[in-house]
Amino acid sequence: MRDWHPAVAAAEPSQKAERDPAAPLFGGVYRERFERILGRYPTKRAALLPVLHLAQEVRGWLAPETMTRVAELLDLTPAQVRAVASFYTMFNLKPVGSYLVQVCTNIACDLCGAGKVLERFLSETGTEPGAISADGRYTVVETECLGACGFATAVLINDRFYESVTPENVPALLAELP
Amino acid sequence: MAYPFAHPREVRIVSKHFGDAGARPVDGWVERGGYRAARKALPEMTRDQVIATVEASGLRGRGGAGFPTGLKWKFMPKDDGKPHYLVVNADESEPGTFKDREILRWTPHQLLEGAIIGAYAIRAEHIYIYIRGEFVDVIPVLRRAVVEAYERGFLGEDVLGTGLRIECTIHVGAGAYIAGEETGMLSSLEGRRAEPRMKPPFPAQAGLFGMPTTVNNVESLAAVPHILVNGADWYRQWGTEQSPGTKLFSCCGHLRRPGNYEVAMDFNLKDLVFDLCGGPRPGRRLRAVIPGGSSVPVLTADEIDCPVSYEGLVQAGSMVGSGGLIAMDDSACLVRAVRRMVEFYAHESCGQCTQCREGTAWAARILRRIEEGEGRDSDIPLLLDISENMAGKTICVLSDSAAAPIVSSIQKFEDEYWAHIRRRSCTAVS
Repeated sequence: MRDWHPAVAAAEPSQKAERDPAAPLFGGVYRERFERILGRYPTKRAALLPVLHLAQEVRGWLAPETMTRVAELLDLTPAQVRAVASFYTMFNLKPVGSYLVQVCTNIACDLCGAGKVLERFLSETGTEPGAISADGRYTVVETECLGACGFATAVLINDRFYESVTPENVPALLAELP
Repeated sequence: MAYPFAHPREVRIVSKHFGDAGARPVDGWVERGGYRAARKALPEMTRDQVIATVEASGLRGRGGAGFPTGLKWKFMPKDDGKPHYLVVNADESEPGTFKDREILRWTPHQLLEGAIIGAYAIRAEHIYIYIRGEFVDVIPVLRRAVVEAYERGFLGEDVLGTGLRIECTIHVGAGAYIAGEETGMLSSLEGRRAEPRMKPPFPAQAGLFGMPTTVNNVESLAAVPHILVNGADWYRQWGTEQSPGTKLFSCCGHLRRPGNYEVAMDFNLKDLVFDLCGGPRPGRRLRAVIPGGSSVPVLTADEIDCPVSYEGLVQAGSMVGSGGLIAMDDSACLVRAVRRMVEFYAHESCGQCTQCREGTAWAARILRRIEEGEGRDSDIPLLLDISENMAGKTICVLSDSAAAPIVSSIQKFEDEYWAHIRRRSCTAVS
């Protein structure tokens, strides 16, 4: 990998369409990344957020046994890991569809009609907020400000960031996902 | 190149290369004058000289608090033998703000150069860049830039041949507004819930891992190389005595030309809204402006003829904050807008302090019932009472931030509240 350095071992999107809920924590290239992440902090505990991201990248979500395994790896208790994982919205404590669609409905996007964009995503995927669509492909959720307020509505789908989304371009946007 | 909307009245220093993809790679950045400041500062200037220059420029923290950057650096101990850390706050999450994201995605090396100079000044051996996990399109850009900086010897064991070691790590956040608060960020970096800490001790005494630490916003650090190359007086040609230089305003909401605009800090707010941003959409009237992100008091359309300086906006009844300007036209329901912001704070409260944990959720419930026409006459005094109990009484200012839009909107748009409560209607024009 050309742009590889331990400094950026944690800088990967933690939400991917392909995932394996039974994959080991951690094997192969993920083991290497895990070791390199540990090397960037003076304490093991400080690696908790990056390692939870890594575990989610591998398995798709953070099951209780996944968190227990992360606790073992970092010499923490399972309760310590659960307390942290449950604090942050990007850690999925239950399974999500292959594509996690996060629609910003905070103030700026709300003023510009984000509610209708959210409705359109829900109707196009046939889901309720937070649920997994029948085909397992989608989970649609509301999210807090994505920091693209001038380009409302902002939408995040796994590792893709979309700006200026309108209800009209929702179907095309879903169709172009692999 | 016209970044979405550029305007001749802007003073584009930090944003000069927005929209210019050639500025992103290290070679392109160096061609545009990049790393000149680092080459000047590290071998030629002492740490004290760097700090003195930044202090003389009057640069103030651009993340929200407006604390002088040079003074913050000066607070770091000397010769204490402990490891020092520089934490870059790239956790931009104040609703209405989207400036750091643009700095990072167009000019990542601008931030890195500022951070390297900052690390030198405060004797930091490690820079942690705490970036929002949601910035999935920006993280690879920053990642590439960090690797390039290591390859070119701007980072690593022998920075610019000085023998100085500066490491840099990208630390990806996981979705928590409160991690953007200085001490919440330190807790988060240590692998904990992003719970803010009591001050003192201040981070300069006991910060990350208990060691002396400085936390700087992306925009503040991005301004540093320009100040070092051109001098403090050059930076002071813009703005006012108390608010020197330029500031990025992220303008959003009901505007014809939303986007980032960099203006001198004495620029007129009304001109920013009407001239640069083009004013409200066709056929609409401007109703309200929140000039500095959702945490600052709302201004009416009649109150915006003022400078955007720190002191100018305080005099007008609001604050610069993060520079996230949210404009609302006559189609906006102020009760709904405030309810949406307060719900956000209720969602993001870390829960440590009772006033904030209970107050934000309670106020959000009251606002929702008012919006839905179920409000009571006693709700307005109740909201003011709750707000009174939320402000200035907690570990961090999230609670104050939630109270600001409530109190200011009741002061300035009370008729809107009464329309909902008494007549089950709304003063917004559909």
